[in-house]
Amino acid sequence: MEPSFIKELQNIVGVQHTLTDRESLAVYGYDSTPEIESLPGAVLLPGTSDQVAQIMRLCHGAGVTVTPRGSGTNLSGGSLSAGGVVVQTSRLNRLLEIDEENLTATVEPGLITSALHREVESRGLFYPPDPGSMNISTMGGNVAENSGGLRGLKYGVTADYVMGLETVLADGELLCTGGKVVKDVAGYSLNPLLVSSEGTLGFFTGITVKLIPKPQGKITMLAHFPALQDAALAVSAIIAAKVIPATLEFLDKVTIKCVEDYAHVGLPLDVDAVLLIEVDGHPVVIAEEAAAVAEICKKHRCSFFQTAKDADEALKLAAARRTALSALARLKPTTILEDATVPRSCIAAMLKVIQDSAKKYNVTIGTFGHAGDGNLHPTCLTDERDQDEIKRAHAAFAEIFDAAIAMGGTITGEHGVGLAKKKYLPKLVGESGIRIMRGIKQAFDPKGILNPGKIF
Amino acid sequence: MDYVKLINCMRCGMCLPACPTYKETFLETASPRGRVALVRKLQEGQLDQSDQLLEYLSLCLDCQACASACPCGVNAGELVAEFTCERKAESGLGYLENLILHKLVPHPDRLETSMVPMRMYQRTGLQKLVRRLGILKMFPKPLERMEGLLPDLPARPLRQEIQEVTPAMGQERGTVGFFLGCVMSLIFSDASRATIKLLSSLGYKVITPKNQVCCGAPNMLGGDLAGLKEAAQTNIDIFAGYKVDFIVTDCGGCGAELKKYGHHLEDNESAELFSSKVRDISQVLALHADELRAKLRPLPLKATYHDPCHIAHCQGIRREPRELLKLVPGLDYRELEAADACCGSAGTYNIERPEMSDRILKRKLETIRASGAELLVTGNPGCLLQLKKGLGDHLPQVRIMHLTEVLARSMDA
Repeated sequence: MEPSFIKELQNIVGVQHTLTDRESLAVYGYDSTPEIESLPGAVLLPGTSDQVAQIMRLCHGAGVTVTPRGSGTNLSGGSLSAGGVVVQTSRLNRLLEIDEENLTATVEPGLITSALHREVESRGLFYPPDPGSMNISTMGGNVAENSGGLRGLKYGVTADYVMGLETVLADGELLCTGGKVVKDVAGYSLNPLLVSSEGTLGFFTGITVKLIPKPQGKITMLAHFPALQDAALAVSAIIAAKVIPATLEFLDKVTIKCVEDYAHVGLPLDVDAVLLIEVDGHPVVIAEEAAAVAEICKKHRCSFFQTAKDADEALKLAAARRTALSALARLKPTTILEDATVPRSCIAAMLKVIQDSAKKYNVTIGTFGHAGDGNLHPTCLTDERDQDEIKRAHAAFAEIFDAAIAMGGTITGEHGVGLAKKKYLPKLVGESGIRIMRGIKQAFDPKGILNPGKIF
Repeated sequence: MDYVKLINCMRCGMCLPACPTYKETFLETASPRGRVALVRKLQEGQLDQSDQLLEYLSLCLDCQACASACPCGVNAGELVAEFTCERKAESGLGYLENLILHKLVPHPDRLETSMVPMRMYQRTGLQKLVRRLGILKMFPKPLERMEGLLPDLPARPLRQEIQEVTPAMGQERGTVGFFLGCVMSLIFSDASRATIKLLSSLGYKVITPKNQVCCGAPNMLGGDLAGLKEAAQTNIDIFAGYKVDFIVTDCGGCGAELKKYGHHLEDNESAELFSSKVRDISQVLALHADELRAKLRPLPLKATYHDPCHIAHCQGIRREPRELLKLVPGLDYRELEAADACCGSAGTYNIERPEMSDRILKRKLETIRASGAELLVTGNPGCLLQLKKGLGDHLPQVRIMHLTEVLARSMDA
């Protein structure tokens, strides 16, 4: 990057917030995505949205690319830049307003998701999206990736809560979409377009999200199933019985073994699946729902069923699910976490595909995830130094993605396309899908300077 | 350094919100994930051992909060410490480091003598005079800071005063060896005296070998692995001469180091046996909670507890100190927000990196203020020094005590 250009960047955000040393560029060359690295030309930490607009104007004029980055927990390579400017939102982290009359919160993009949770919950309110990385992920990143989480089945994902956005466009101009109104049909709906745009359409500087009243109670349950098929059928039966649990999580046999080896939480090694189920809401209603869940699990031949008596016991029951990723990740140096998603009625079939592919390509894949959403996390445990095994892992995943598409599912439920899933996207959305997406990109960013090379 | 330890990091970022320096800077280079990446890239030849890189790594407190947060068992703090240790070992110790680590630290008597001028300095009123006249401004900054951190010293180091054998009160239930940390003996002798008293009153015969030496933690910090091993072997041999059920310490830093002797001296059975017997004082006291409760009398104080990194993150002890405090009748215990976040002391960090240390301390003081506590309790001399100074400057209404001092005081109340 030209010294004169760096000088101009420094003039906008200050020398202290302009990083160009080799070491800094090296560590901003990765996010949470395995195997992918790419060196940026500079890293900026602006402190105001006006500075963001100035950066965009400068880069637009100079033809330099800009990649927004939150805390760098992206799982598809979406926050990496090849020689361009990375703009980290961490300093734009204010919670601007909680509007208790309209039930909205307005935040800056760098606010940590769990910080918003804490603040709204202290006022008896609730912001449901809870991605696994919520203690460090940023609201801007959540919106850009349309993050999901454990509560997706009942409460939906980030997109379901975004009401208004303030976005700096590629040329530095400001675009305001939506707001605090519940109904708004004026023109195209641009919010949903910007949500999950992965930093390719604009840079969010203000986000207004919907809040709901905090559920009054929660009941946590755990069930063991000797047969995988029974667990899958139980999931469908619970929903068919018109019970929508807040959480309906699943662990497969490989994961159960890893969790037990590592954390000794008392899981039996002879079961095929474990379900963690949580219902939340009014105490009277959840008592009825919990009873229904218990009956359904027993009817589907669960070998063990427990309802937590108090919060401590609930934590113990949830321990297996909470430690799933840690337990798997400790086994091998490299962990490839995927998020193929299918209609929930296809869960059993999808699990079979995962097991078959793992066997066929001789790789270890543990699967856990959001069974209620059909959103599974097949997690391949491998070693990046074993290139042959890495190749086989990718071959297995290619089959898994093909199967997900064939079942009417998707290649990514919550991690985004970024760089990692680019090659699979045409298979899913077809030529027309790619053409329309390119057209949208063209309308927003004709010079192609915003997070180039991502999605398609 | 073992390359596998470096590639085990899957860069998930779970360590970021736990890291004190990341919370202050939001910089990837100041995060555990970033530090592991820097060391890894250095090993892979993608980066050189530049001053900039060493500067980034030296910002690490080695508080190991990242290790507690890591889902896959990577300990970034320890990796950086190991790297620094290896690097210093290669470049050799400087004259002063050599003097301190080899001629002073391993010899308790010399260490004690070295403190005599400091004690004189305080007793004669010279300290007050020096502070009033601002004479310290004429000396290098680190000296001024060290002077400011120093609380009032006891008349004599505890090691010189304590009996080698303190008999059990009442029925003897067992024998413990007491590992008396250097700083505890030299500065916080009241707390260690309380520790011995508590153990004795619970029926333990307490043996405090007079010839024990420094645990070796300063050697590790200075990159002097050989010195550490020598200290370890000396202590192992000394304690092997007594038949003890536990080796107890009331210094979090010593405890963490003593528990690693088995790791440092590979394939050494006596080292493993030694380490397996080491307990933080809170672990032993918590075994006898009911008996202890019966001995305690009311202390009507609003109190909170700060987890020393060396106790919470390095030894995984969180429950016991809280349970013990809650035994004290009338004590209004309130949990500190982010109780296990570092206070910024971190060995000599508060002298070497004063600016960052102060920022981290300020955050800690804010949470103490918010807790409404009038008494802050902790279990490590480094934290005691740092927080005593911080409270004195900014929250003078809050007192600070070692856990054992609180319990002993409640026993005497």
